[in-house]
Amino acid sequence: MTSRMDVKKLVLTSNYAAAYAAKLARAEIISAYPITPQTTVVEKLAEFIERGELKAKMIRVESEHSAMAACIGASATGARVFTATSSHGLLYMYEMLWWAAGARLPIVMGVVTRAIAPPWNIWTEHADILSPRDSGWLIFFAESAQEVLDMILQAYKVAENEQVLLPVMVGWDAFISSHTAEPVDVPSQEIVDEFLPPRKSAAFLLDVKDPVSHGNLVFPDFYMEFRYLMQRGMESARDIIRKVDEEFGKIFGRHYGGLIEKYRCDDAEYALITLGGSSGDAREAVDKLRENGVKIGLCRIRVIRPFPVQDVVECLSNKEGVIVVERDISMGLCGVLATEIASVLFMNGIQPKFASFIAGLGGREVSVEDFLKMLDFSLKEFQRGNKRVGPHWYGVKEEVIP
Amino acid sequence: MSKPGVLRLFPEEEYVLPGHAACPGCPIGIGLRYVLKALEGKAIVVIPACCTSIVAGPFPRSAFKVPVLHIAFAAAAATASGILEALEAKGITDVHVVVWAGDGGTVDIGIQALSGAAERGHNIIYICYDNEAYMNTGIQRSGATPYGAWTTTTVTGKREHKKDVPAIMVAHRIPYVATASVGFPVDLYNKVKKASMMKGLKYIHLHAPCPVGWRFPSEKTIEVARLAVETGMWVLYEVVYGKFKLTGPSARLLDKKQRKPIGEYLRLQERFRKLSEQDVKELQDFVDSQWEYITKMLER
Repeated sequence: MTSRMDVKKLVLTSNYAAAYAAKLARAEIISAYPITPQTTVVEKLAEFIERGELKAKMIRVESEHSAMAACIGASATGARVFTATSSHGLLYMYEMLWWAAGARLPIVMGVVTRAIAPPWNIWTEHADILSPRDSGWLIFFAESAQEVLDMILQAYKVAENEQVLLPVMVGWDAFISSHTAEPVDVPSQEIVDEFLPPRKSAAFLLDVKDPVSHGNLVFPDFYMEFRYLMQRGMESARDIIRKVDEEFGKIFGRHYGGLIEKYRCDDAEYALITLGGSSGDAREAVDKLRENGVKIGLCRIRVIRPFPVQDVVECLSNKEGVIVVERDISMGLCGVLATEIASVLFMNGIQPKFASFIAGLGGREVSVEDFLKMLDFSLKEFQRGNKRVGPHWYGVKEEVIP
Repeated sequence: MSKPGVLRLFPEEEYVLPGHAACPGCPIGIGLRYVLKALEGKAIVVIPACCTSIVAGPFPRSAFKVPVLHIAFAAAAATASGILEALEAKGITDVHVVVWAGDGGTVDIGIQALSGAAERGHNIIYICYDNEAYMNTGIQRSGATPYGAWTTTTVTGKREHKKDVPAIMVAHRIPYVATASVGFPVDLYNKVKKASMMKGLKYIHLHAPCPVGWRFPSEKTIEVARLAVETGMWVLYEVVYGKFKLTGPSARLLDKKQRKPIGEYLRLQERFRKLSEQDVKELQDFVDSQWEYITKMLER
């Protein structure tokens, strides 16, 4: 092993892993506002800067709206930028999310997913990161601290690709991931530099020598074309995400399978679908059922936007049944993942049995046992001839509901 | 570099180009023209939602010969912070980062971002052109609308006085706060020049009479702007590191007797048509108290 391949094994929370990733990516401008449980990401970065380990400017803004605005200004001037937020912070910058995407700026942001008040709750739920899914941001979701680090490095490479030029948010779960320490392989700066060179000086940066206007009024005769180009960037991103993950694998010796991660899926009759930190428990539940002879696999969604249409179709086309368990609810309909997966299946003429569960809102634990219960219930219903199961609110305390 | 002070000695280069989309008599073209001349075009301009979003002209053209970043209503100062830090990270130090924002985008929705950037000491020239209402959306009342003025959301006249944002900016202890008027371009030009030579956030509040919203003939913009100053309704001053100084014609108006009666200013504008005598007195008292504040500040 050469020195450039040196890997430091550190015990890091996902938040610290994110800070290491931003440092390794050589983010030049960091702009953020504190919110629980994102704070330690930015604290760690401040520490790197103070210690002289990271040559970056930190803009300690007075709100998340301003955090994203500062990222937009810096990115439009050509800098590589990083920020992180959570829950209300993400909602507060909602307007600027659309601005960043419309301006085609390769900003990368960490989102520590957290429930939304009222009532106050600081624990994990995916309502925050799923709410801007129409904005033009690529949305990635990691399961482990290692994946947070790797995904942020990959995110810059994808965002800055000229075929894409869209911002990326990388999500991980509050506390389950954000404050849980795991061993993480931290690669050397040298090798990260090889994988991720400095941001190329793109056309249309703010430059007095070659003045351009960003965001001018556009009449109806051209606005649609701007939107079309964003969608084209999204469509191109699918392949680029796969290629970047493969390239990452070749250099760093680990990769994740692109937009979805499949576990014991290929010969499975049933597929469980999850997002984020509880996927480890889901995997264990799959193993237990396999021991009992149930042919089941796990499909973990890694990328929510662009939605992994082809990957989901390929993974689910030969399945007898699909079970979606998710930490979010689109009020008035059902879970967001279930809706989107059902829509993709329908559009591709695939009609497996389908079960959908809302579980673990506001950070309620979803354990291996819980997954087993949901899966048992679904499989029994399927066997009984029920093709559509749910959406069920798993574990709701009926006794306290008035 | 041209010598400031005399209009004909302003740089000839134009940065606000013909064909912009401003209304006849609009103060924006006038004000921005002098600002960019004073900065000799070495400026990246951030423009939040305001009339200038339209004045710039539609895609694929722009009437401004400087780089412009159009941005959301509340976000101008923070965006400027980002641009500034990125320029510094690249080692570019000869470019001014300028915010050109309306009164709504400054005194109301944008004040949080402005306050933040000021507190951070970011090296930005922030110019609020104040046409005293939300003109771009159709003349709705803002925190900068004066007492008694008609707007589409204060149809019987506004009941509250104008928010004193320059004073709020003085309280931030930034290096430079100034008021200016499109009616006095030399004063404006000099202030922008001075601001451009200082480090930190510089705030210039530019009085900008709007013929459409204030209801006066479009050829009277300068006359109205000048009367605002001559009646003492609008005071020209600058505050350099906390030190107050009256400038331009305001310098000789400390003595109340030198000021024209505010009626001369109000009379030209339909927005003040329905003012009662009591309203005029209320406004006059406010103007007097404003001058008392200035007097106190001068003595400081």
